[in-house]
Amino acid sequence: MTKGTVTGIIANLVIVEVDGPVSQNEICFIQLGKTRLMAEVIKVIGKNAYVQVFESTRNLRVGNLVEFAGHMLEVSLGPGILSKNYDGLQNDLNKMEGVFLKRGEYTNPLEDDKKWHFKPLAKAGDLVEAGTWLGEVTENWIPHKIMVPFKFQGKFTIKTMVSAGEYTIHETIAVLSDSEGKEHKVTMVQKWPVKIAIRAYKEKPRPFNMMETGIRCIDSLNPIVEGGTGFTPGPFGTGKTVLQHALSKHAEADMIVVAACGERANEVVEIFTEFPELDDPRSGRKLIERTTIIANTSNMPVAAREASVYTAMTIAEYYRSMGLRILLLADSTSRWAQALREMSNRMEELPGQDAYPMDLPAIISNFYSRAGYVYLNNGQTGSITFIGAVSPAGGNLKEPVTESTKKAARCFYALSQQRADSKRYPAVDPIESYSKYLEYDEFIEYLNENVSKEWLGQLLFAKNLLIRGKEAYEQINILGDDGVPVDYHLRFWKSEVFDFVILQQDAFDKIDSSTPIERQKYMMDKVISITKTNLNFDSFEEVNKYFRRIINVLKQMNYSVFLSEDFRKFEAELEEILKERRIS
Amino acid sequence: METQAFQKIYTRILQITKATISLEAKGVGYDELALVGGRLAQVVKIIGDLVTLQVFGGTEGISTSAEVVFLGKAPGLKVSDDLAGRFFNAYGEPIDGGPAVEGSEVEIGGPSVNPVQRKKPSNMIFTGIAGIDMNNSLVTGQKIPFFADPDQPYNQVMAIVALRAKADKIILGGMGLTNDDYLFYRNIFDNAGALDRIISFVNTTEDPPVERLLIPDMALTAAEYFAVEKNETVLVLLTDMTLYADALSIVSNRMDQIPSKDSMPGSLYSDLAKIYEKAVQFPSGGSITIIAVTTLSGGDITHAIPDNTGYITEGQLFLRRDTDIAKVIVDPFRSLSRLKQNVIGKDTRHDHAQVMNAAIKLYAEAANAKTKLENGFDLSEFDVRALDFAREYSNDLLAIDVNIGAVEMLDNTWKLFAKYFSPAEVGIKKEFVDKFWPNGK
Ligand SMILES: Nc1ncnc2c1ncn2[C@@H]1O[C@H](COP(=O)(O)OP(=O)(O)OP(=O)(O)O)[C@@H](O)[C@H]1O
Ligand SMILES: [Mg+2]
Repeated sequence: MTKGTVTGIIANLVIVEVDGPVSQNEICFIQLGKTRLMAEVIKVIGKNAYVQVFESTRNLRVGNLVEFAGHMLEVSLGPGILSKNYDGLQNDLNKMEGVFLKRGEYTNPLEDDKKWHFKPLAKAGDLVEAGTWLGEVTENWIPHKIMVPFKFQGKFTIKTMVSAGEYTIHETIAVLSDSEGKEHKVTMVQKWPVKIAIRAYKEKPRPFNMMETGIRCIDSLNPIVEGGTGFTPGPFGTGKTVLQHALSKHAEADMIVVAACGERANEVVEIFTEFPELDDPRSGRKLIERTTIIANTSNMPVAAREASVYTAMTIAEYYRSMGLRILLLADSTSRWAQALREMSNRMEELPGQDAYPMDLPAIISNFYSRAGYVYLNNGQTGSITFIGAVSPAGGNLKEPVTESTKKAARCFYALSQQRADSKRYPAVDPIESYSKYLEYDEFIEYLNENVSKEWLGQLLFAKNLLIRGKEAYEQINILGDDGVPVDYHLRFWKSEVFDFVILQQDAFDKIDSSTPIERQKYMMDKVISITKTNLNFDSFEEVNKYFRRIINVLKQMNYSVFLSEDFRKFEAELEEILKERRIS
Repeated sequence: METQAFQKIYTRILQITKATISLEAKGVGYDELALVGGRLAQVVKIIGDLVTLQVFGGTEGISTSAEVVFLGKAPGLKVSDDLAGRFFNAYGEPIDGGPAVEGSEVEIGGPSVNPVQRKKPSNMIFTGIAGIDMNNSLVTGQKIPFFADPDQPYNQVMAIVALRAKADKIILGGMGLTNDDYLFYRNIFDNAGALDRIISFVNTTEDPPVERLLIPDMALTAAEYFAVEKNETVLVLLTDMTLYADALSIVSNRMDQIPSKDSMPGSLYSDLAKIYEKAVQFPSGGSITIIAVTTLSGGDITHAIPDNTGYITEGQLFLRRDTDIAKVIVDPFRSLSRLKQNVIGKDTRHDHAQVMNAAIKLYAEAANAKTKLENGFDLSEFDVRALDFAREYSNDLLAIDVNIGAVEMLDNTWKLFAKYFSPAEVGIKKEFVDKFWPNGK
């Protein structure tokens, strides 16, 4: 193995003079007394390797010894990942001792001794390749497939396969022979470099299944698909994290991978505390059982923050290869971009816009491209839906991270400061935001068949309603309440009904926080029929008062159990109010 | 700080900038302290034998032949119970005439708490200021700044909050504090009989700016001692973090780093996060709460310093002069406490969340009405009521001179609702209206 010595230190950028070959992104360990600090090669010039250290470099000296590991940053993939809390390098945070993180403490991401009940899915003689399902174990409630390691290239024949029984992850469960007859042992754990996409699938078509999120401003206005990509840019405090947490709780997915990337530790603690308590309505289990958390909070080492999103993506890809639907959430990808910027600055690279590295757009689009819906080699499907939060500097959407992400992600959920200030949560701007999937024929077909024939038409109607409402509002503001026909007020208030009843949703209310699609359809019908009702008013003041009442009753419906007695009561009340002014 | 006999003394400085010096030296550790011409300095860059140090006291008058002595350790603070009641400078040296503190030396800027070892912050801090308690409830373990223009009374409000917070220890980290403000804090704590609970680390406007970089870490190292070792609730006041960030940019610019937005170093976010993330609730009961001040220039929150701060802290408090009532209020629109949902309706009455939101929505309606008025349009009858409501709400609840309990603030708001609106206009869940609407309407 190549060795080296430290010759320079600038914060967490360390220059190492090496005595042999090194590769880009190779991992190395710097010896500092009894601790070993992990680092990654990010640039090589002649004999000098520039490495970013995943730890504080305090007390590091010129002359400290460095050992290169011969591989890139890798994660361990095998049963036991679900419900874990990892740092950005996949160290199990729960296995660390003491209240404070210790420099150079690296913990096992999986359990060496735990026995899993393994059931073979393939038999001796079968022809297999990377990603083929050899068997499965039950992890929490997920049938966790044990696959031919992704690093195996070409076709293999299964020589031997163990029988069903209890095994640890390190025991051999199968022996494969390659085309030259060489034998390879397979266990239940494999390693994979995080910066390289796992491609053990046949095909990646355009995604077309709607992913139900339970969040109305998404499902009922700009729906996202299973295997789709989206992002939520927004100034601080506008609700990115609340939205991500809501998605992680309610979205229709088999597994959730949450990458807390350079954000607040307290927000992760919220997940740690809540998820073991909250029920997953689909599995009847606790939410934590379908969740893996990668927590590299803002005070944890910057280089590991950069790695954390890749660690999360690789774990998601591993589970996608098992035919599962994964929702990957990253809060916030801007922190990852900033980590790149910090390093690029220290290396004195030629800066791009706002001092970000020149290749930022490429890095971002490359990452988003790892999401997607796939047909596996065995015909099964799997998906990674990725939604990233973006924290634009100064709330300005014209900054490099937002702009680069806009090119890469297909759904744009822009959080608006103005809506957040007036507590119109979730503060997703309904007019600025979009879902490109609404233009996909295969998605439209899916909506027609699986949601309803009217759904797309209703969405588009609602969008138009909102735009017209906004225009009317602007006119009213310019010309005054009296300066415009009553009709303008009516138009404005109809859009307000949609805003208050469909778009606004209280993330902290037990009932309102998640709305199943059946209920969304019901309310959509209701609201649209109200906006199409001919109502009679003499003055704008009447419109104003009347619609406040309508909105109030509809909101009470949102807070009630669907179709419950209370719900029906408010519905009847609504009918009464409508009668007062309906023109038949 | 004394030099020891066996230490090598260097006397050939190769480069001097406003905040840094460079020289050739061997065997130096990163982050290590040194004395440069008697001034404390810290290693910030090592390339081969060329070592660059930031000189906290500034480099004015430093000669190329000045003596440089490396101290073989990173900056530290001696911690013990004796810290209580004492005033220190940025280096942790007493400035109150008292003796040096005995205790074990701890490196400042130490490691982060493992996130899985934290507890969810869930104890409300009652301040009596309804603009805070009702709309922006504070929680132990939270980090939150005042975003304030320099002319606003943020130091006063912060001192009131600190004294009412019932913390076991209050640690003041003063950066670029004017001498007057420093004396203000001393007096107000003294008058409240709280001096034995206070620990101060102060860098005044008279001290060199780069020294400020040590203040937050000093204050938080002391805080960690009391919160971890003694399970105490500790409140840390950091004022003014804008001056801290300015000091960061001085050093990074002197090191030829490429500045990002507003001439700030590209690492500003991480640098600030390292400080603010020290706020924590421990399962053992100890906690560190950070209340900071970030002064704005011309109210601009898109400037890199407040902007990065906002992305790190758990909300922010805005003060604003309400000309209608001629008082300073806690602005309900721009202020936010992210942790309030952990305590409202739990440490306070269960109608709290709905009352808070309804009042703010109505206050927003009043703001719209005001714009209408300013644009010369007639007001609707509803607008007039909203404006009247807003004036009373501002005076009775948002003003910083309000000092009432958590039940009273809710009851008073219900009274205002009933005085000006119908239940449908307020739009609160029916079960609460049935219970709390005055006169049982
Ligand atoms: N859907 C919602 N319902 C109710 N309140 C909400 C909702 N969304 C956001 N909020 C309020 O807004 C606050 C800020 O939200 P959040 O922490 O998600 O912002 P953020 O965009 O992630 O900010 P930052 O960029 O600083 O991390 C929350 O603490 C909560 O009070
Ligand atoms: Mg957030």
